[in-house]
This record gives sequence, C-alpha cells and structure tokens, in this order.
Amino acid sequence: MSKLVESIKKAVELVELKDGMTISFHHHMRNGDFVLNMVMEAIAELGIKDLTVNASSVFDVHEPIIGHIKNGVVTGIECNYMGAKVGKAICEGIMEKPVVFRTHGGRPSDMEKGTSVIDVAFIAAPTADDMGNCTGKVGKSACGSMGYAFADAMNAKKVVVITDNLVQYPLNDFSISEVYVDYVVAVDQIGDPKGIVSGTTKITRDPVGLKMASYAAKVIDASGLLKDGFSFQTGAGGATLATAKYVQDMMLERGIKGSYGMGGITKYMVEMLNNGCFQALLDVQCFDLDAVESIRSNPRHMEVSATHYAGVSGKSAGVDNLDVVLLGATQVDVDFNVNVHTDSNGYIMGGSGGHSDTAAGSKLAIIIAPLSRARLPLVVDRCLCTTTPGSTIDVVVTQRGIAVNTKYGKNKELKEKLIAAKLPVCEIEDLKAMAEELCGVPKAVKLTDKVVANILYRDGTLLDTIKAVK
Amino acid sequence: MRRSMLFIPGNTPNLLMNGDVLGADAIILDLEDAVSPAEKDSARILVRNALKHLNYKGCEIIIRINPVDTDYWQLDLNEVVPLKPNLIMPPKVSCAEDVKIVSNYIAELEEKYGMEKNTVKLIPLIETALGVENAYQIASADERVAAIFLGGEDLTADLRCKRTKEGNEIFYSRSRMVVAARAAGVDVYDTPFTDVDDIDGLYADAAFAKSLGFTGKASISPRHVEGINEVFSPTQAEIDYAHEVMETIRIAKEQGKGVVSLRGKMIDAPIVERARQVIEMEKAMFGEVEDDE
Amino acid sequence: MKITSTAVAGTLESSDVYVKVEPCDALEISIESVVYNQFAEEIEASVKNVLNEMGVESGKISINDKGAIDCVIQARVETAIKRAGGNK
Repeated sequence: MSKLVESIKKAVELVELKDGMTISFHHHMRNGDFVLNMVMEAIAELGIKDLTVNASSVFDVHEPIIGHIKNGVVTGIECNYMGAKVGKAICEGIMEKPVVFRTHGGRPSDMEKGTSVIDVAFIAAPTADDMGNCTGKVGKSACGSMGYAFADAMNAKKVVVITDNLVQYPLNDFSISEVYVDYVVAVDQIGDPKGIVSGTTKITRDPVGLKMASYAAKVIDASGLLKDGFSFQTGAGGATLATAKYVQDMMLERGIKGSYGMGGITKYMVEMLNNGCFQALLDVQCFDLDAVESIRSNPRHMEVSATHYAGVSGKSAGVDNLDVVLLGATQVDVDFNVNVHTDSNGYIMGGSGGHSDTAAGSKLAIIIAPLSRARLPLVVDRCLCTTTPGSTIDVVVTQRGIAVNTKYGKNKELKEKLIAAKLPVCEIEDLKAMAEELCGVPKAVKLTDKVVANILYRDGTLLDTIKAVK
Repeated sequence: MRRSMLFIPGNTPNLLMNGDVLGADAIILDLEDAVSPAEKDSARILVRNALKHLNYKGCEIIIRINPVDTDYWQLDLNEVVPLKPNLIMPPKVSCAEDVKIVSNYIAELEEKYGMEKNTVKLIPLIETALGVENAYQIASADERVAAIFLGGEDLTADLRCKRTKEGNEIFYSRSRMVVAARAAGVDVYDTPFTDVDDIDGLYADAAFAKSLGFTGKASISPRHVEGINEVFSPTQAEIDYAHEVMETIRIAKEQGKGVVSLRGKMIDAPIVERARQVIEMEKAMFGEVEDDE
Repeated sequence: MKITSTAVAGTLESSDVYVKVEPCDALEISIESVVYNQFAEEIEASVKNVLNEMGVESGKISINDKGAIDCVIQARVETAIKRAGGNK
C-alpha cells in the first residue's frame, strides 16, 4: 500500500474537497512557504469556491490569496497572525466575512473542542515517507519543529502531507504519524528555508533598544523570579532578544539552573540551553536555522504541539508554568490592554500568535517597546483593538520609564521591588504624557463600522473586533 | 558628576531624541567627525533645534564643534551658544591660543545674547603631539576651561604609531594629561575604548584610566556607558570609609582633638578631601543620603 | 528670502524627514507622511512656521516625512531653504 499520489490536484480530488469547506495550513516555513500558494492554485484550477482557509499564520508570501478572495475561491480566513500585505487588503474590505483571529493556544484547542472544524489539512513536511509519517527536522527544507500542525493532523477529517523529501518507509523519528494521514504528495520544493528567518530575529544594536533590554533584564532580576527552576519565553524582536542575552549573562554569572525556555526558538535560546541555563527547550516553531540544527541534534531541545505549548483544551500547557515572558506591542492603552494586531493607522499587520496565551499563563508578562515609534506614542487612551487583555500584563518597559500594572489589584509588591532596585518606575499615564510632550497628541484614526476581523481570545470567546479603515 | 560622556552623531534625529536616556553623565552632540562636510549645515541646525526643544534631563550637554582651522566653527558656535550648552568641545586643540580664540568668540556671543559671562564652559580635545606637550598651558589657558579630554585615535596617527587595545603607546600622554589637568585644577577625560563589542576590554581600559587619575572616560558606544559609570563610581567600601572619616573628624572636633587617626592611620587633609569627593559622588549617584547617625 | 534653486535636506530614515524645495511662482506645499492621519496639521504648521520666519513667500516645498517631530521638521525645512537661496 502507498498513499502517494502524483499531484496536489489529484489529492484535492481524492479528498473530495467541496465548495464551502474549510482547509488548513501551518506556518513553519514562515515567509518562505510555497505550499499554501501551490494548494490554492490547484484548488482554483479545479473551480472549487467559497472555501475558508484556516492557516496558523498568513505571511506576505501568501499575497496571492488576495486574488483568490477576489475570485470567490476563498471567502473566509482564520489565522493567528496576518502579515501586512494581506492585512491591508482585508482592512480595505475585500472580504465579506470577517477574518477570525485566534491565538496559538486557542486554535488547536478550538479544533479539539470541535468548535473549529477542518475538512482538509494540508501539511508542509520537509521529510515524509509514502505513508505520511513526517518530520520537519531533516530535509533540504528543514524547518525544525512542526508544533502547530499537530492539531491539524489529529483533528482534520482528511489530511494531505506535501513533501519535497520523500524517504523510504518507515521514517524514523517522525513528528506526525501515518495514522492521521490520507494522502502524500511529493513536490520539487515546499519552500525556501531561508524564509523561516525573518529580520526580527537578530539582537538589536540600536542604543534605545539596548537600553530597554537592560531595563527589562533588571525588572526580571528585581522580580525575584530569576532563580533555579526559572522558565522563560521571548518573542522574536531585537530588544527582547537583547534582554535574553542579558538574562543569560546573569544566569551564568550566578550559576542559575533554569527549567525551560519556550516558544518560537532562536539561536539565542539555543545558546542558553547549551550553556546550561535551561534543562530543556519546548519548541513549537524554529525562528532560525540554528534552532533547526539544535532540535535535530539535541534531545533536550524538544518539539511540542501548539496545545502543549499554549492550549486550553489539554489538562495543562507549557504556558501554565512560565515564569517570565517578554512581549512586544504596537500600542498599549492606559488599562494595559495591548494591540499587536494592527498598526497605528488601523491596518492589520500581525496578530496574537502566543501573545495573549503567554501573558495569561506567565507569572510576569513584560511588554518591551520604545516610548514612541516614528512620532507615534506607544501608550494611548484606547487601543485600536485589544489583542491581549490588560489584566494579564504586568509591566511595560520603555527607554524612559517602567510602568507596573497595579490596576487589577496585583503587582503592588513587584512595584515596590522595582522601586527598591532604583528602576525608573512611573505610571502608565506618565509614559503617555512623556511621549506626547515629545511627539504631540496624535489625532484619532477614523475607522468605519464594518467589521473586518473578530479577535477570539484563547478560550474561544470574542475579545474584540477590527474595523475597516476609512 | 562626570564619569561617562557619550558621543551622539549630530545629524541623527532618532539618537538626538534619546541621547539623555542612554545613561551617560554627559552627552557630546557631535558636529565634527560624525558629520560629513556636505551635512555640516544640516547637523548644526538640527542640533540647535534639539537644544531648543528637547528636554535633556539629568545629563550635561557638550557640543563638539569643528576645529578652528575650518570654516565651520564660528557658524557652529553662532547656533549653539545662545542655547547655553554646558560645555563646548573644540577639537584638535594644540596650544593655549586655540583655546583663547574659541573662548573669546564665545564671550562675544554671550555678550550679544545677554548671557552671563562664562556661562558656557570649555572642554578642549587634545589629540596631537603638540597638544599633549602643551596640555598644562591648554588646561590653564582660560577660566572657561572646565576639563581636558584626550583623543587617542588622532593622537596615535600624529605620533606615527599604531593604536592598540593595550594602549602602551598613549601611556605617557595619558599620564601627562592627568598631571596637567590636576595642576590646572580641572577635570580630565580619557579617550574612548574603540572595540564596541569587547566589554571586558572596556572595563580593563576604564579601570586603568581611573588608576592614573582620570575623572572619567568618553565613549563612542552606548554599550560602554554602564561599564564606565561603574568603574568611575566609588565602591561601597570607599563610600563607607568616607562616611567613617567624616564621622571621626566630627567627633574629634567635638572633643577638641587636633590630630585624629582612623584604623591606625592618621587622617590628614588629603584624606578628608578625598572622603568629601566620594560623598559628593554618592549624593550625585543616589540622591541625598540619610546620615549614618 | 527667495528660493532660487532646487535643494534637499534630511533623510528617509525613521524619525527624520526628507525635504525638497524648488523655485515656483506660487507657494505649494505637499506633504507625504507615515503619520499623515495623526499629524498632518502639525506638519503643515511646522513647515509654514519656518517659511514665515524666513520670509519665504513662494516655492514648491515637498515633504516626505518618516515620523519626524516638529523641531526636526523645522530644522530640515530651514536647511533646505538656506541651501536653495543663500542667506536669510
């Protein structure tokens, strides 16, 4: 027996994809992914319409989907993150049905709870055998972890594995087992591995970014959480990575043995693992090729599913034991709500990813961002939309001041600790005032009443909406 | 408090806006080497506007103007002096006359704009062999001179030797600068450490400069500021000792004793002066401190 | 002061502004900005402020703003005008 079929088109026919169904994709190839575009092209050629695309993330490379929306092939998008190119089109109102934004934890959990039904999952697999056992750890397009694809494979009614490295059965050390897979397609190239590295995964050399990082590291130190058993997550972003570097220095200097590092993994986290700062890495996706090499060769660098990482449908998840997470923000409002979905003009250019999952789970959720960017103050009266509720954010670090969130009856002790550590603690309103003194008060952006996206919180409830830009 | 001073390129809005958050005790807004000849006018106007509109809290402002043998230095001063920067840094100062020329022109501007005389101080940058030889004359050339600053890069070019990390080639110049500055009663700053990524090297270089008697050290990288501040700050032991000295003196005075000793060592005037300086630094670093009593 | 030749000042770096001035019989100001929605009025006011102070009554002023604050915009406009017309 073999599940190998000769083309994507053939697989689409065999899974009996029909108008109105929902198909899914995962984003481990990030901005180097070819699979989503190839599958959509095949589907369009077959004349299938009215599909909902549930992709864990939509990147700029997926721009052709705009054409499929205009042609009626795609009428719905569900994702956890959306790049600026597709985001702009959505905000201009090209699609009738609002986009559904979930979180990295909410997406798999909604599938497992049955509230998000996937008819066909297409899995980009850097290596697979002809029965569908597959892995991201090896192959010319190796992407490392395939953590986001696990839920798709386990919950979709039909599963198609697409690979550019077909190996003899049985593939050892597979990530996703053949038991879930219906068909396998071999193609020339599933993506460009260089594209998994984005520009945001390097330590900043910007002095302001380094200043913020130094403050964030001091906040972590002063919090008292930096001790044996420490667990830690950073996003990819110049200043957060610089903070990780400072944290590593402190851990090495004091001989602190941490427990685990988690999230999207970069070479800086790998370095911390190798230097003994962590007992393990829990990797849901690799952010650079160093991380790919590490997950392939180091058994303490573990691949975990998105549910294991951040879900709410399991009995526990990695985020539940997280001490500290460093997160970015486009806007923070005076109630500490955070927006990473839109830019300051209201155009979609991001999404939660694991932002709200980790903020909710961690003991200390730190936002690190400059006081203003290109004249736009970070702190506003009200975010254009809420990605992460203020009640789950603990500290906002900028180069000119650090605001501790005591608005929800918490963090009083933390605030005292930071003051005792001589950090420049201030109120969130002070950050807003400082930025406005420098930049002026920005005029409110005008949005229409048309809802272009619904933001679902990790538990599946509606958190906020995004309106079309005028 | 003068431990660190950080160079900020004069034509870079983003850095000018954030110069005061980088932890340096003083920032040097640079109109000289950081600005190409074609952009001298642009940087001059930008720096003037920054001085006028931005609120640089908690750090001294130094403007490095262009050298007196260029067409720019007077234009530079015309724009910045009315905005009362703390200090002007004239580069490539080789003799007392170079200081006088700049000082006299600043005096004219101070008068023109109704400013108090000597509002704007000078920190001549000494970076030639002749400048080093004339260091005392430069440091004592004018009452405006508040400090002198050694520039190792240009100096080694002038000395026709290689600038090294170890810095043996500038050892004599460093010592001579310190002696000249102290003789003239002004502060003295050490040349920047140029390997931005070598933080251990920076610490060693700064500690060496401190051991020679430098007041502080300049930096071309914000990443060096913290290390410089740390090295040039008194240690807790030094602070504790200073308080002990002052306390011993106070008790001795009460008891009418002339000669006082602490830990078996006689406390003489230099020790008291040193203790006073340390306590001044402590106040500047941490704000007013409660007395130990 | 009169704009007698074409000149530019500033850069397209973030927090900076690129200003181009050209001779023109009328006064024309065009503004492109990454923060147009939030700060268009302030940008225009900054430009006009400098033009008034320098006594510039005509010229084509093109602003390509990357989120510069007012004092930066004013500096770049002043520089461009000085480059385009000699002295005040």
